[in-house]
Amino acid sequence: MKDAGDGLDVSRRDLLILGRDLLVVGSVTALAAPSVVVGQGAAAELSVPSKVSFKVNGELRELELDTRTTLLDALREHLLLTGTKKGCDQGQCGACTVIVDGRRINSCLTLAVMHEGASITTVEGLGTPENLHPMQAAFVKHDGYQCGYCTPGQICSAVAVLGEIKDGIPSHVSADLTAHPQVTAVEVRERMSGNICRCGAYSNILDAITEVAGVKV
Amino acid sequence: MKSFSYERAHSPAEAAASASRIPGSKFIAGGTNLLDLMKVEVETPAHLIDVNGLALDKIEPTPDGGLRIGALVRNTDLAADQRVRRDYGLLSRALLAGASGQLRNKATTAGNLLQRTRCPYFYDTNQPCNKRLPGSGCAAIGGFSRQHAVVGVTDACIATHPSDMAVAMRALDANVETVRPDGSVRSIPIGELHRLPGNTPHLETVLVQGELITAVTLPKPVGGTHIYQKVRDRASYAFALVSVGAIVQRDGSGRVALGGVAPKPWRVEEAEAEMPHGAKAVSDRLLAGAKTTPENAFKVPLVQRTLSAVLAAARS
Repeated sequence: MKDAGDGLDVSRRDLLILGRDLLVVGSVTALAAPSVVVGQGAAAELSVPSKVSFKVNGELRELELDTRTTLLDALREHLLLTGTKKGCDQGQCGACTVIVDGRRINSCLTLAVMHEGASITTVEGLGTPENLHPMQAAFVKHDGYQCGYCTPGQICSAVAVLGEIKDGIPSHVSADLTAHPQVTAVEVRERMSGNICRCGAYSNILDAITEVAGVKV
Repeated sequence: MKSFSYERAHSPAEAAASASRIPGSKFIAGGTNLLDLMKVEVETPAHLIDVNGLALDKIEPTPDGGLRIGALVRNTDLAADQRVRRDYGLLSRALLAGASGQLRNKATTAGNLLQRTRCPYFYDTNQPCNKRLPGSGCAAIGGFSRQHAVVGVTDACIATHPSDMAVAMRALDANVETVRPDGSVRSIPIGELHRLPGNTPHLETVLVQGELITAVTLPKPVGGTHIYQKVRDRASYAFALVSVGAIVQRDGSGRVALGGVAPKPWRVEEAEAEMPHGAKAVSDRLLAGAKTTPENAFKVPLVQRTLSAVLAAARS
């Protein structure tokens, strides 16, 4: 396939690069002919830069990034905030969880450029080694980790989970949909299901979270 | 990921026009499914139109007593809305049964409807898939098909629509409001939004290129007991093997829609006439003509049993 298509691919690639350049400057009519191939192939491996600025842990950061850069990669590779971890990079493990405008999200499944003006909190913004956030301290106290790789995501998620319960957001296990949810073991387990711990520290994580919430389970 | 250019749209009509004008355009809202697919190059948009700034994030009452849900209302906010919890409990329950807290915070109402199948062969670009590459074949047929659909399928595709929310929307008779590139608007009954695969499984909805969902409307509440029962391989954060969304009235009449069994949220209105005759009668009608594989044949009795449990719960 590769051999047979080589000659064709070169010229097609050139065409696509031309198409892309036109696209970037916004020429519309000139694109009418190669329109399908640009969409199908998008083969031009050109980096398309885009500017974005947002607050990270209270500090305004301005970046010029390839549009493809996920929020996770912007934090880790460009701002060198490596507390946030890349686990699966497809939204299944939760290691990349950060809090954006008060809500926890998977930073691997969103583009940095989509967060102009946002306020982002990473694990580095919750506390410091000298002054731990209560959730960080509780994870230490209850041994809520083994290898620690999922821990920043677990902690960001846990902080947000208690906020969600406080805000009255129901969950799958809330028995009465119209009642204000309570911090219970069942509620916390369900709400933390987007954070996987391969070491299996779940019961200790649960202990840490419920202690911070001030409940005994 | 293939490179792409990016713009932030400022109005729905502008976004739709832009999408029809610029080749290879896609809208991006929550992006939780689109980016996932872009990473594996199943989706390769040349241009992304960010619609997050379009202020379509409100839930408002309609003149006829229903609700108009903006396309950008996040799954979390929709599930938590007091009116939805009170009057459309099925919708809250379905939303909360789906994905994880992180994903629900990002995923939008319109994006949830338009998410793609999680068929592993659709995701694997080394495998044939008529949905991803028309004419290449279907690796799921004869492959690992435990998760796949049993009704509405063809020899071209047996993928399921993965949404929980859409199942509730279907039972609630929701309408999908859109704006087209020429600025005209239309309202599509949710049952008509998704196409069955036929020989063209790559065509998943009736939307035209550039057509943007602006809202989903719900008719006035119908009362009854609302239940969403999802059966899956683990207790949380997994796609449905089978799900049953039901609204059951005191007299035993009601509505039923299914997830996990079809290429679209599955509802057969005629089956609901069988509700006084019990789960088997309804289930037989809902799944009439089912075409199973050895791996997913269990879904047929599972639907009946799950529906039976739902109807029993509604009576108690």
